[in-house]
Amino acid sequence: MVVSAAPAEVEVPRSADNPVSDKPWVTIVWNDPVNLMSYVTYVFQHVFGYPKKKATKLMLDVHHKGKAVVAAGAREAMERNVEILHGYGLWATVKQDK
Amino acid sequence: MEPFRSVRGGGARVSLAAAEASLLRSLVGQVMSLVEPDDLEGPGPGTGAGPGPDEDAELAALEAMVHAPGADKPPEDPVLARLLPDGYRDDPDAAGEFRRYTEPALRSAKHQAAQEMLDTLPESGGRIQLSQDQALSWLKALNDVRLALGVRLGVTEEFEEQWGQLKPDDPQWSAFEVYAWLGAVQESLVQAMK
Repeated sequence: MVVSAAPAEVEVPRSADNPVSDKPWVTIVWNDPVNLMSYVTYVFQHVFGYPKKKATKLMLDVHHKGKAVVAAGAREAMERNVEILHGYGLWATVKQDK
Repeated sequence: MEPFRSVRGGGARVSLAAAEASLLRSLVGQVMSLVEPDDLEGPGPGTGAGPGPDEDAELAALEAMVHAPGADKPPEDPVLARLLPDGYRDDPDAAGEFRRYTEPALRSAKHQAAQEMLDTLPESGGRIQLSQDQALSWLKALNDVRLALGVRLGVTEEFEEQWGQLKPDDPQWSAFEVYAWLGAVQESLVQAMK
């Protein structure tokens, strides 16, 4: 354990002054003219462990609606998702759900 | 090329002609040098018995962590911007922050998938058998090649029409043909991995 001489940063408490902070975050995948439908479905199954039916429905949402929310939760987890999806070449972003 | 076939216990196998193998190697190599970090240092000289693949991966991850944070702006080259996209839309600050801390690792991961594909793809082609992990690297590396080519060609959902409008003597015609072939290769590998 290392003790820092620098003063610790004080976290601003999440309170009624900051109501949006409690809203969950989402991982969004955007439509793309290159990625194969079968590949996108495969990635959803492989990365999130979704059953084929759910993965296929999400892929079709991306394809027809231009985007789909593929996961929701804590911001850090969504950022990790996006990093992984970028590794697969999917076009993914993080967003606070409002 | 015959389509990829599933292998019992995971993975896939395929047989490639020398010309196909050499085309794939060339394209993957191009993407590899594109995603290579500017300041990436090669393995130290004279290390003799180098680290194994697992150690390589660990070292790359460690290096990405220790590494100075990356750039906070998307690359200017549209191909690179597609391969290393923003993690946030409509929030440049969050996108910049995300990029600073993830782009070096993403570059390493893409570089590594490409390297693994090259390591398992003989110049002369022939019968190739891939483990599940190797096949996954092939999928990623093939996808990155298709993204790169797709951006350069300005491919849209109406790819077939775009291609159909070109005359066979158009310099882009054969690039569209390669792009279509890569799609078939990747599709066949996805099907074999299901």
